[in-house]
Amino acid sequence: MTSTVNGTDVKHSTPDGEERPLLEIKDLKVDFTTQEGKVTAVDGVNITLYRGQSLAIVGESGSGKSTTAHAIINLLPGSGRIAGGQILLDGQDISKASKKEMESIRGRKIGFVPQDPMSNLNPVWSIGFQVEEAIRANGIATGRKEVRARAIEVLKQAGLQDADRRLKQFPHQFSGGMRQRVLIGMGLSADPQLLIADEPTSALDVTVQRVILDHLESLTRELGTTLLFITHDLGLAAERAEQLVVMYKGKVVESGPSLEILQNPQHPYTQRLVAAAPSLASRRIQATSHGEEAAGAHELGTEPATTTDTIDLIATAEARAEAHEAAMAQPPAIVIEDLTKVFKIRGSGDFTAVDKVSFEIPKGTTTALVGESGSGKSTVAKMLLKLEDATSGKILVGGKDLASLTGKELFDLRSRMQPVFQDPYGSLNPLRNIGNTISEPLVTHSVGDRASRRARVFELLDQVSLPRTLVGRYPNELSGGQRQRIAIARALALKPEIVVLDEAVSALDVLVQAQILRLLADLQAELDLTYLFITHDLAVVRVIADHVCVMQKGRIVEAATTDEVFENPREQYTKDLLAAIPGANLQLGA
Amino acid sequence: MPSNTRPAQAHFVAPIDETPLVAIDSVKAEGKPTNLWTDAWRDVRKRPMFWISSALIVLIVVVALFPTLFTSVDPRFCQLSLSNQGPGDGSVLGYNRQGCDIYSRIIHGTSTSLSVGLIVTFLVASLGIFFGALAGFYGGWVDAVLSRLGDIFFSIPYILAAVVIMSVLSQYASVWTISLAIGIFAWPATARVLRAEILRVKNSDFVMAATAVGVTRLRILIRHVLPNSIAPVIVITTISLASAIVAEATLSFLGVGLPSSTMSWGNDISQAQVDLRTNPQTLILPSIALSVTVLSFIMLGEVVRDALDPKARAQR
Amino acid sequence: MAGYIARRLLQAIPVLLGTTFLIYFMVFAMPGDPVVALFGDKTPPPQVLEAVRERYNLDQPFIVQYLLFLAGIFQGDFGVSFSGQPVSEILAETFPVTLRLAILAVLIEMVFGIAIGLVSGLRKGGIFDASFLVVSLILISLPVFVVAFVAQYVFGIQLGWFRTTVGPGAPIQDLILPAIVLATISFAQIVRLTRASVIDTGGQDFVRTAASKGLSRRRIVPVHILRNSLIPVVTYLAVDFGVLMVGATVTEGIFNVPGVGRTLYQAIIRGEGPTVVSFVTVMVLIYLVINLLVDLLYAVLDPRIRYAK
Repeated sequence: MTSTVNGTDVKHSTPDGEERPLLEIKDLKVDFTTQEGKVTAVDGVNITLYRGQSLAIVGESGSGKSTTAHAIINLLPGSGRIAGGQILLDGQDISKASKKEMESIRGRKIGFVPQDPMSNLNPVWSIGFQVEEAIRANGIATGRKEVRARAIEVLKQAGLQDADRRLKQFPHQFSGGMRQRVLIGMGLSADPQLLIADEPTSALDVTVQRVILDHLESLTRELGTTLLFITHDLGLAAERAEQLVVMYKGKVVESGPSLEILQNPQHPYTQRLVAAAPSLASRRIQATSHGEEAAGAHELGTEPATTTDTIDLIATAEARAEAHEAAMAQPPAIVIEDLTKVFKIRGSGDFTAVDKVSFEIPKGTTTALVGESGSGKSTVAKMLLKLEDATSGKILVGGKDLASLTGKELFDLRSRMQPVFQDPYGSLNPLRNIGNTISEPLVTHSVGDRASRRARVFELLDQVSLPRTLVGRYPNELSGGQRQRIAIARALALKPEIVVLDEAVSALDVLVQAQILRLLADLQAELDLTYLFITHDLAVVRVIADHVCVMQKGRIVEAATTDEVFENPREQYTKDLLAAIPGANLQLGA
Repeated sequence: MPSNTRPAQAHFVAPIDETPLVAIDSVKAEGKPTNLWTDAWRDVRKRPMFWISSALIVLIVVVALFPTLFTSVDPRFCQLSLSNQGPGDGSVLGYNRQGCDIYSRIIHGTSTSLSVGLIVTFLVASLGIFFGALAGFYGGWVDAVLSRLGDIFFSIPYILAAVVIMSVLSQYASVWTISLAIGIFAWPATARVLRAEILRVKNSDFVMAATAVGVTRLRILIRHVLPNSIAPVIVITTISLASAIVAEATLSFLGVGLPSSTMSWGNDISQAQVDLRTNPQTLILPSIALSVTVLSFIMLGEVVRDALDPKARAQR
Repeated sequence: MAGYIARRLLQAIPVLLGTTFLIYFMVFAMPGDPVVALFGDKTPPPQVLEAVRERYNLDQPFIVQYLLFLAGIFQGDFGVSFSGQPVSEILAETFPVTLRLAILAVLIEMVFGIAIGLVSGLRKGGIFDASFLVVSLILISLPVFVVAFVAQYVFGIQLGWFRTTVGPGAPIQDLILPAIVLATISFAQIVRLTRASVIDTGGQDFVRTAASKGLSRRRIVPVHILRNSLIPVVTYLAVDFGVLMVGATVTEGIFNVPGVGRTLYQAIIRGEGPTVVSFVTVMVLIYLVINLLVDLLYAVLDPRIRYAK
């Protein structure tokens, strides 16, 4: 299964005839000094990367994957320092290189593409200035004209066709995707042997992400650049890299050829990841529903559930689908007709965020509203929740028109329809304790007395699987997933019929995400909830939704059942979105 | 020539006992519950600067409330025969040109500075919070009107404004009028800070969640928005107490502050100007009292900022 | 850029009207005869009293009085001083001196403030940083007149390095000490602001990216850290000038600098109300103009503002 790259150079071999790796990390250890003492962020990491290969480091937040990448170019943030081990670049240990040596290695030998295109370009200098200074610093060209010519060449290579015209422009005049292209161009400007790409596309829309990754892949292949790629998405990693390194809590738990790991994960943590990755799950569901034997799908990591904590998204999807087949016959809980929202923008006229959107949500089912940033999906949610007024069109909830509600009726309706938002760090008031947060809806609607409200809070904490001891604590002590559970508990306090989930799992790590998706499915079965599930991630939709509405630029371009959309997409845009789910080219279970 | 062989990259699996799995998203909440305020207190407690400034402020407050505990000399009992005499003979710091006891005048002048500081701060905080909260929370034309109004008041440096007001009201000069004159033009800074903070907080998801539950606007403002935006106001208020004390002293120094009959450090410094060459301590000593008082509040503001503003904490 | 300038100019109009109205209101809406009140316990010569009454059109309704006052300002008529000299004439004599003093002070505080702030920020937590943190706190706590007297006493009287008062024609060497005193007011603030800004910028992603491109520290510090850190410092300049005006009044008074500040200082000390109002009005107008200029400078420094529609 090892990939073989031909044309290895004679110079790069060791005396005993074996090819010398371009990058070899041996027992790398990175420490951070905090107020509580030393914290080891990376502990005993070994990575071997040969010329022309591509390797991905996969892990959740806090796994040490980015720290490893930063250690290689010796740009650890804050108090971080390399505490042990070696980083051999072509045989030379660069972890002990001097400042001066390191400066000549960065850019020239190792290129770096950072994560967030919004924050990685200096806002006060033009794009041309920033590319040119990289070229000049690495001695690629001298003289104004030559440097400029090279800058244009580099940017064109990175996919900016009108580079010569745009050199004078500033970062804020570029879109996110364009900025990421600039960063890729910069990383490759000195023609480095190794390119480190740290989650290079996770801040971008899925379709843009795909285009950029394709481009990066063909570009590095063309130039013969060795690629080290950092990502949290196992599907993406397996699709884009030949070799995989799975990290967990600062350690490498498993490494080797991508497909082998994906098809036959050995470490329980990797098994967990494979089972929980939505991109893989949606591919696997795809595979099963295409008539291939279920066993094939199961080979992909679902078999040995060594720990009770392993959550298989497929099981979630199946359980949910069964429970809701019956529900489809009931009258719709929500009817939306020709819903339109126009924002007035000072100076530049009107902007139609939502344009004649119509759909229904049957009671007890989940409808997903899918779209990229700016598609208007969240505005629909806000109008449904009456946090924003519609410009025109109708929203019927339980047969009642939202627009005609009196204050009292609206207040009553609010108890039947509750939201859960995206940002787990912003959705809870940091100064109120968990008990008060969960009971606020009860207090607002004068439900019960103190004692009964307290009992209800305990019941809700049980429902979202959190210990009752949390009532007196504050959100800052909880993780993102736990906060999201609290937000769900708050939403369920008044026993609503409808829950609007606005990107409710998007900010979470995959394992936690799988856990919350499972919780949502269980709660829906238990309480007969109707979900409007808003997301940019089609892979998750496959697991959770019965119906899908795909939104683009304020309009619904395609609406159908989840199976139909996935198996038989009609619109090109839907096809693009589906293709953007990582793992499309992986031979899974075949 | 050695042949080039690339060794096969083996499928490596870490031993499970070296990389044990932890339950996904397990709850780790131990000890006392903590939030912004408890964290801030824990942080502040560890800083010597907090204890030094607090001790000084407590001392200043005690001196202001009970001056007679610290001196039995009547600050108004002045004998020209003692003019500009040095320390000794029952006088701690000597006498000024009029033959009044310098130490006693400093002690008795404390309450004036502190009162002006407190009244101005109260005024600035109430006006600033009221206008800032209205503008930030209600937005729209309320914001437009209030922000322009703030701009106008902000465009007149408050000491210059107070100079004009006190010139006109010279026959009514007192601790109250001078505080009013300073406070009425000093509030926009507080309002601006609070407005910006409220704009940030009011778009939080927890505010949206409260709205979606049916919590009233006023209750959202009081329960959710204000408590989360008040921290910078506390910082700026502590510092404005110091600025107000300086403003009073400056106005008194310019002769448009408190009437000369009122015991005030600013007045004493102003009157001591002519003796700078001959008897500098008549000027230096009240200046030290003034500066130490101001420094105490500035230090307190500094510590509070470090504790409440995560950005400032990171910059320490 | 043009749109930005136009918008800033438009925004300045209500503020200009508002501030002048407020000043006028403070004086002339007060109870009693405002002209008498303005002179406090002084009895001005009758012709001055008459001139003031005429200038402020006290026989007209209040709003007309204000409009006439405003019209006067636009024609460069700021009234007459106590001695009967037109304020505009006094301004012509004194303004250049104050301008020189202010430029000197701003230069001193900016150059030293930014340099020290930069070093403090780059070496956060070091000895240099810690000592300047203490120094800056103390400097912030010292009222300007205290600094002025101490400087006058120590450097003028004790050491004899400078003259304690400024000689005729306000030669630049005599302005150095007052300028240093004036600079101390904001110097500490600039050090702290620069330091905070440098630390903040230093932690930004684009600084790491610049290093990853292979740039040396010697290039990153000025080009990517200092350059970006200047933006908040320049914004502070606008506030700074308000402080500087009050400071100039006190400093010029103490060092006897023949500038706008001293004229105002003497008018205040002598209780010459109308002159005080005229000069405060002038200072507020200057302040507004400087604010506009700083906003433009801000746009020059920050392309996000420059290219915003």
